Amino acid sequence: MAAGTSAKLANLRAPITELNFSEEEIRRYSRHIVLPEVGGIGQKQINRASVLVVGAGGLGSPVAFYLAAAGVGTIGIVDNDVVDISNLQRQILHTTADVGRKKVQSARETLLALNPNLTIVPHDVRLNAGNIVDILRDYDVVAEGSDNFPTKFLVNDACVMTDTPLSMAGIFRFSGQILTVVPHAGPCYRCLIPQPPPAGAIPSCQEAGVLGAMAGAVGVIQATEVLKLILGKGQVLQGRLLLFEALQMRFEPIEVKRNPECPVCSETPSITELIDYDIACEMQPPTESSEY
Amino acid sequence: MSTEAIADKELNLQGEVCPYTFVKSKLALEIMQPGQVLRVIVDNDESAANVPRSMQNEGHNILGVTKLNNKDWQIVVQKS
Repeated sequence: MAAGTSAKLANLRAPITELNFSEEEIRRYSRHIVLPEVGGIGQKQINRASVLVVGAGGLGSPVAFYLAAAGVGTIGIVDNDVVDISNLQRQILHTTADVGRKKVQSARETLLALNPNLTIVPHDVRLNAGNIVDILRDYDVVAEGSDNFPTKFLVNDACVMTDTPLSMAGIFRFSGQILTVVPHAGPCYRCLIPQPPPAGAIPSCQEAGVLGAMAGAVGVIQATEVLKLILGKGQVLQGRLLLFEALQMRFEPIEVKRNPECPVCSETPSITELIDYDIACEMQPPTESSEY
Repeated sequence: MSTEAIADKELNLQGEVCPYTFVKSKLALEIMQPGQVLRVIVDNDESAANVPRSMQNEGHNILGVTKLNNKDWQIVVQKS
């Protein structure tokens, strides 16, 4: 299935008639430019794209790193947490010197050190039903890497409602899962899981643990998906949930179909307003917004 | 008809080295129309060999590779 369509993606792929790169940019992005699937036009598409990375933690770190390296012009980082020593086993945007600092500030500095040509927008907030739509408005694509179901469902729902393409992923012990949501063109997260699981049903990474490298392996797949969405090349994981089992080093795509009765993305959705599940279900709030 | 006479654009890459001779040639060709001709000047043998080969790999037509003097080469490529 080809990279899906969306009004935001269509805007990204508007015609480019001039390739006015600086000498530094030509050298920085030369390994992209020589790719037949990218070229100068594709690099310009990447440069003018804006991507929101939800969570500056295990998944958000490699996603943001590789999007910055690629030259995504505007990268927003959402996280209201501070760096903890236990994060450094996998959250590679941050260093030991950053312990105690705001993750969005640490992330911003690291990304600009890699690529000073970019705009890095720190969103030092916890996403909720009251702020997410305003935040999403400025972004073409979202990469979701939070560690909690309330945020995953909120981001999915908001992206469907605002027609914003989305890469979703999760990691747990030695396993990872990745899905790409192109609203109304393929299934959304709720087509797969209609409602959040009951509080406590799924152990967190704090309780169960996670191999640090899983964050890198899965996060880089997310970054690849985001770049493919921007370029309109290849086949994204639309309608496919990619399962990764690192102990066996096995990748398995599972077909996911649009649920004609999906509460959010069907023709007659039962959910038409965003939900803060922390409040609605009286779930325990996660201790860190980016524990992944 | 000489290849210089039919060039729609000329790109002087004297002083530039691989892979940037190919990168810049590719960028110039990318915003030209199919059938248009680009003339590239390079001043090293490596680029004179690599740029035409890379252009052909991308499906473009090499109309000629000519040594101009003791160091400069002319590569004429038509966008496919």
